[in-house]
Amino acid sequence: MSRVITLFRNTLALEGQPGAGLNQWISRITLPLAGIAVFLMLWSFAARQIDTSLGAFPGPQAVATQFVNLYNEHVAEREKEAAFYERQEKRNAARVAEDPDYVPKIRPYTGKETFLDQIGTSLVTVMSGFLLGALLAIPLGIAIGLSPTLSQAVNPVIQVFKPVSPLAWLPLVTMVVSALYVSDDPLVSKSFLNSMITVTLCCLWPMVVNTSVGVASVDKDLVNVSRVLKLSTLRHVQKIVLPSAIPMIFTGMRLSLGVAWMVLIAAEMLAQNPGLGKFVWDEFQNGSSQSLSRIMAAVLVIGFIGFLLDRSMLWLQRRASWDKSVATS
Amino acid sequence: MTHSRTPGHATPRGLNRRALIKAAGASVLALGLGISTVQAAKLGYPEKEELIFGFIKLTDMAPLAIAYEKGYFEDEGLYVKLEAQANWKVLLDGVIDGRLDGAHMLAGQPLAATIGYGTQAHIITPFSMDLNGNGITVSNAVWEEMKPNIPKQADGKPVHPIKADALKPVVDKYKAEGKPFKMGMVFPVSTHNYELRYWLAAGGINPGYYAPHKGDTSGQIQADALLSVTPPPQMPATLEAGTIYGYCVGEPWNQQAVFKGIGVPVITDYEIWKNNPEKVFGITAEFAEKYPNTTIRVTRALIRAARWLDENNNANRPEAVKILSQPNYVGADEKVIANSMTGTFEYEKGDKRPVPDFNVFYRYYATYPFYSDAIWYLTQMRRWGQIAEAKPDSWYHEVAKKVYRPDIYKLAAESLIAEGKVKPEEMPDFATETGYKPPEKTFIDGIVYDGRHPTEYIDQFPIGLKADQTL
Repeated sequence: MSRVITLFRNTLALEGQPGAGLNQWISRITLPLAGIAVFLMLWSFAARQIDTSLGAFPGPQAVATQFVNLYNEHVAEREKEAAFYERQEKRNAARVAEDPDYVPKIRPYTGKETFLDQIGTSLVTVMSGFLLGALLAIPLGIAIGLSPTLSQAVNPVIQVFKPVSPLAWLPLVTMVVSALYVSDDPLVSKSFLNSMITVTLCCLWPMVVNTSVGVASVDKDLVNVSRVLKLSTLRHVQKIVLPSAIPMIFTGMRLSLGVAWMVLIAAEMLAQNPGLGKFVWDEFQNGSSQSLSRIMAAVLVIGFIGFLLDRSMLWLQRRASWDKSVATS
Repeated sequence: MTHSRTPGHATPRGLNRRALIKAAGASVLALGLGISTVQAAKLGYPEKEELIFGFIKLTDMAPLAIAYEKGYFEDEGLYVKLEAQANWKVLLDGVIDGRLDGAHMLAGQPLAATIGYGTQAHIITPFSMDLNGNGITVSNAVWEEMKPNIPKQADGKPVHPIKADALKPVVDKYKAEGKPFKMGMVFPVSTHNYELRYWLAAGGINPGYYAPHKGDTSGQIQADALLSVTPPPQMPATLEAGTIYGYCVGEPWNQQAVFKGIGVPVITDYEIWKNNPEKVFGITAEFAEKYPNTTIRVTRALIRAARWLDENNNANRPEAVKILSQPNYVGADEKVIANSMTGTFEYEKGDKRPVPDFNVFYRYYATYPFYSDAIWYLTQMRRWGQIAEAKPDSWYHEVAKKVYRPDIYKLAAESLIAEGKVKPEEMPDFATETGYKPPEKTFIDGIVYDGRHPTEYIDQFPIGLKADQTL
């Protein structure tokens, strides 16, 4: 194990050496490409062997076709949308002519969400849920990390809730939201709240735990310095705790975001809330000869977005921490 | 006025004539007034314009898709969003808690909700969505075992309609081997449940009773065949997995089984009961009260959509199939949907037979909410114990009138006739229509149904609770 780590370190270290630059650069490009090529070949081969009741399992080509289809559908839907608004304006004008007191209102488009729309919805939902989670979890984590008393008191609750599959929360969340969120002109839809709160609930725990560990393990010397200087609690957190705990906080956030993205797709599938999960479920229900390749296309997109989310957190982590060595992939 | 200036004769006869002319003038005036009052009573603008309607992925949701795609909703000033729902329970709860403004519902749902079987809520229907459209499919293995029991035609194909008599030996065999014979239907108060039960019972197979007063809502008391709920789009997958041996569901999920080669449809509901009422459009009573214009306008749009679907002897069906195959509506392959929507039905693979009335949306007054249709569903709920206690005839009539609302339908239809969008002969004669169809004699077991006498009807079945029997 330690040899592997040393090897890994050496590889990393090589990056800095000018002599190995070109070779390194070539292998950094070619190896992943070769990996992808082998994967595509295996996939294509395996797909032809699997025959489902909906036809053959989609290979890379079928999925590529679907990406084109999905994009075309998106474009077509936008055209329909433009026509919808045009008709609506005419209708409004006609009504104003007939009934001058009428205040015309533009209603949002009533057509279906396209694949691209669903991606947008999922991204907005996951980020909202995640940010809300961070707003709750980080202060809570800091408080727990600072006070061993609080830590001991809260610990059992965290330990019990941490392993709960977020999907178990979903029915409860749905019922509570529909009971409490009553409004004639809601700002956001209930389905959005359901997905968002489910995401929040499950990305809470990794952040709380990591933040509290990070805060609790602040160098004792630094804590003593703070004591000597008689810093107020707020200054203590600001000057001593946060800077040392930031790498751990970000590790927690990265874990959380990964969990959040996985949970969101499942929650959308289960609750039929708009988003990529619903797209997958709808296609599964349709059971057409196109369904499997469309689902596969969605799977790839879900994976790719998950990867991008992780990379952007990593980038943020690097920007925010002073100890760059902690923030590795 | 011109006639007042007509020089009159001083004779009594002339006076008479003048009086006559005056009277005529007055009546012309009255006629004019009459027209203007019609104009004054012209349908008002919808109170609620943005609506969300739910549906289940079945071809009989077509009136909703067509009303949207053909702009009939927009013509009424309605901005409707159509949302597919996961299953019938989610859909009903959506309408009850207001997440949905209305939905494509099983005919039994508004009735059951109103009498409080399941979730209690007063749901009404001003519009019946279609006739027929369901089928019963069995797995390939069961079909092979049934086949020897079915008489053959000259060309070697089985004689249709196939009665459950052919299935009975198979069920008995499973029972003797200690294997429960499991079948799927889509919801406890679904048309499919009652049709499947009707077909099984007509062949001497007891589908089991419900006993809600004892807390038993599984519907499997004394059952030979055990029925359970599976959402329509998952029927083929569940059959394929071997969890059930057969199912009763709407299209395209019977044709899907043929297409996938995993099962064989044995009978359509058209052959169980010719032109049986199927889905309805359900809204809460509160919605209809709060938004009367919206309700009438929705009904108008749906009537026009149904008309389009059946127009010129189903000429628009291929286009409808194309629309329904879009992923946001039914989403199955075009040829699967076309199999049933365009007047044919494929039983065993390659055995395609004409069933021109398999999907009826408009003909035979299909959209009119007949009280007798409502009462048939209530009689079946009583027959299988979902309604636990004996009820007098008057109760059946009251419930039907509470839920089925031909009064709203009449307003919508009459305004369409006045605008020339619908021909009067396409509609029942509203002056004389009672809402009760004449006794119906087209059931597979030959039992005659007269909606005026529900308890008498219930007593006729060899399998089933009698009108005054309690489990």
